[in-house]
Amino acid sequence: MRFAVTKVCGGGGKARVGALHIGGGGIAIETPALLLSTRKGLPSFVSCDHLASLPLPDSLLLHVCPTHFMEGPPLKTISNIGGLHHMLGLPDHILVAAAGDSIESLPSSEATNKFGASFDTPSGRRLVKPSDYMELVSCMKPNLWASLADEVPAWVTDKRNKISVDRTLRWLDACIALDADSGTNGFGVIVGGSSVEQRRLCATEVSKRNVSGFWIGGFGLGENIEDRCSLLNAVTDCLPPEKPRLVSRLGLPEEVLEGVAAGIDLFDSTYIYQLTMGGFALIFPIDMVEREIQNGTFNNDGGDSTKINLRASTYRKDTSRLVDSCNCFTCQNHTRAYLNHLLNVHEMLAQILLEIHNTHHYLHFFRSIREAIKVGKFDLFRQQFVKKRRASITAAVL
Amino acid sequence: MPVGTQGTIKGLTTDQLEDIGCQIILGNTYHLELRPGSQLIDDLGGLHKFMNWKRALLTDSGGFQMVSLLHLADITEEGVTFQSPVDGKPMLLTPEESIHIQNNIGADIIMALDDVVKTTITGPRIEEAMYRTLRWIDRCIAAHKKPDVQNLFGIVQGGLDPVLRDICVKGLVERNLPGYAIGGLAGGEDKDSFWRVVAQCTAGLPENKPRYVMGVGYPLDIVVCSALGADMYDCVYPTRTARFGTALVPEGVLKLKQNAMATDERPIDPTCSCMVCKKYTRAYLHCLVTKDAMGSQLLSYHNLSFMMRLSRDLHMSILEGRFPEFVRGFLRVQFPKGDVPQWVRNAMEVAGIDISECCASTKCLTPSIDEQPPLPIPVEANGGVPN
Repeated sequence: MRFAVTKVCGGGGKARVGALHIGGGGIAIETPALLLSTRKGLPSFVSCDHLASLPLPDSLLLHVCPTHFMEGPPLKTISNIGGLHHMLGLPDHILVAAAGDSIESLPSSEATNKFGASFDTPSGRRLVKPSDYMELVSCMKPNLWASLADEVPAWVTDKRNKISVDRTLRWLDACIALDADSGTNGFGVIVGGSSVEQRRLCATEVSKRNVSGFWIGGFGLGENIEDRCSLLNAVTDCLPPEKPRLVSRLGLPEEVLEGVAAGIDLFDSTYIYQLTMGGFALIFPIDMVEREIQNGTFNNDGGDSTKINLRASTYRKDTSRLVDSCNCFTCQNHTRAYLNHLLNVHEMLAQILLEIHNTHHYLHFFRSIREAIKVGKFDLFRQQFVKKRRASITAAVL
Repeated sequence: MPVGTQGTIKGLTTDQLEDIGCQIILGNTYHLELRPGSQLIDDLGGLHKFMNWKRALLTDSGGFQMVSLLHLADITEEGVTFQSPVDGKPMLLTPEESIHIQNNIGADIIMALDDVVKTTITGPRIEEAMYRTLRWIDRCIAAHKKPDVQNLFGIVQGGLDPVLRDICVKGLVERNLPGYAIGGLAGGEDKDSFWRVVAQCTAGLPENKPRYVMGVGYPLDIVVCSALGADMYDCVYPTRTARFGTALVPEGVLKLKQNAMATDERPIDPTCSCMVCKKYTRAYLHCLVTKDAMGSQLLSYHNLSFMMRLSRDLHMSILEGRFPEFVRGFLRVQFPKGDVPQWVRNAMEVAGIDISECCASTKCLTPSIDEQPPLPIPVEANGGVPN
């Protein structure tokens, strides 16, 4: 894997565009980029034929949880098949493995102990030791992997927080030692909870190890949103600029913008999944914001919002597309009325169509972030976006 | 015809259906009238447009669902009275109303409302139902507002009684309908009676019109009915059994939930060229099925591909003059030990297909007429058939 920063947003900002060269085909993925969330390696609802029609190469990046496979095929079988890429039928995709996610492998910090990290999964609570984890990684052969970490929520005691930092560093070293490639494809996880001091300490320590990138964990677990910004920046300030940084579980548009502003390159989030399960479709205009940057004017019409809830009866007879200008399969083929019907009768096709559209739309959001950085207007882009969101919420309330 | 009950085949997109060669799907009038409502569908341009399916659609009359799903469904000369599932009020589905709803939905083929009785019932009720079906077909024809774009099929009833079936066939043929369905079967009757009714009906129905056996079914049933001259079938089996983790294979069925599947690195069916068999192993699918939506999707995709392939193979073998050979090949793979059920042997004899080489000596295998034939034999992980 190779990573290089290609453009930094001017004016003292830390937002940057980079290129991640990875995978068999030597594909270059531009960052900031989104890792799509998966269940047992595949998207929840988007089958491989539809996955192939999502924006490329953006949609090649997938976040895979080895812990999803603890009840899955035996390790020997996975090895025999040739690893994850072969088993999932995704030879060209870039699979990034990390132990926890926000849906089916939730860190249960109270059960984690000195031997391993504990996760709540659909098949019960599982303790994963570094050796177990690296065994999974070596059989699965993902393109990149994050080390096993002890992620704790914001409300733990200082003592517990310190322990989580110690363990995470110890386990990072253990994972590197167990790795056949000595960590070449490994991302070191940085924890530290809500303590700026612990965060800095952890970040500095992880930077000393021979890792190819940084996985900033422990967010999205109940911390104060106002504090998050300073914590995130405290971490990125300690990290070498030439290696990629990923932040886990921060997936809302504002959170992504905040992360990009702090110098984050990759995001793993289940935002798309949550939207889909709730029957929501993203509709915020991406191009309009771009166009307005061009003009430099700010338009406070307050009319647009981020997403629509297709269960609402207003859509019963709405024969328009989710988003008129969208090129995804769903928008090219189906109407809001049909989606409303599918949701009402609890048909699986609803989630399939929504996940396709939401993924497509959100990947384009990331593209427009990158464009804004390239033309040196990221701060304006972020400001506009946040203002528009607030304006529409205010308008809705009034 | 895959069954797309509520305006969608469960778990598949319309382009996937096109990819696997699906030409026509079925929608359920009862469900669609309930939600979103046939008037809404009509306002939005018909079901084709609503679900964006550019190929053919068939809707049933709604009668069967009434009888099978609802409490206090009572059938009178006027129509089917039932309790509304929404508020419990008594409601009435008449032949006129059924056709009106189907006109709104706009399918290419619509079904007449028939008085359907279970084949396990005996007595005067069957005769009553058959005559009523004939009276109702006239009311359906009269109520049909779009005969130039929607084809109204009549349904042959009469239980298992050849005399009644004959009267019904003749009665429907007199009405000169675009096509005919053989109804009232696929409801638990013994297989030996089942094929005889199909054979009798296909013999009496016009050669140049399609014959649709409703509710059929298993691949074996489709092959037998095709040998007897039927053309169209509908069944929820391929998609429903997929959601329970069962894959359709030439040998019968493959239960992917079995423990042995957890380490099986082969595709579901090495002879299948569908996307699922090209990409995934049994071992991986084992961990997905019944647990994740993706498992249901992938298995439904394969099972429907299997059925489309079966239809294509039947079609091509007839066109190319090698249908008996195809049937023999099919039976050999399903019954490698030659234990072809007696009802199949009987049916093939009447159909004029020689399957003696597929059958082991009949001295050993003579199940009684009333005995149900064995279900398709599950295949073990090593490809062997259990003893």
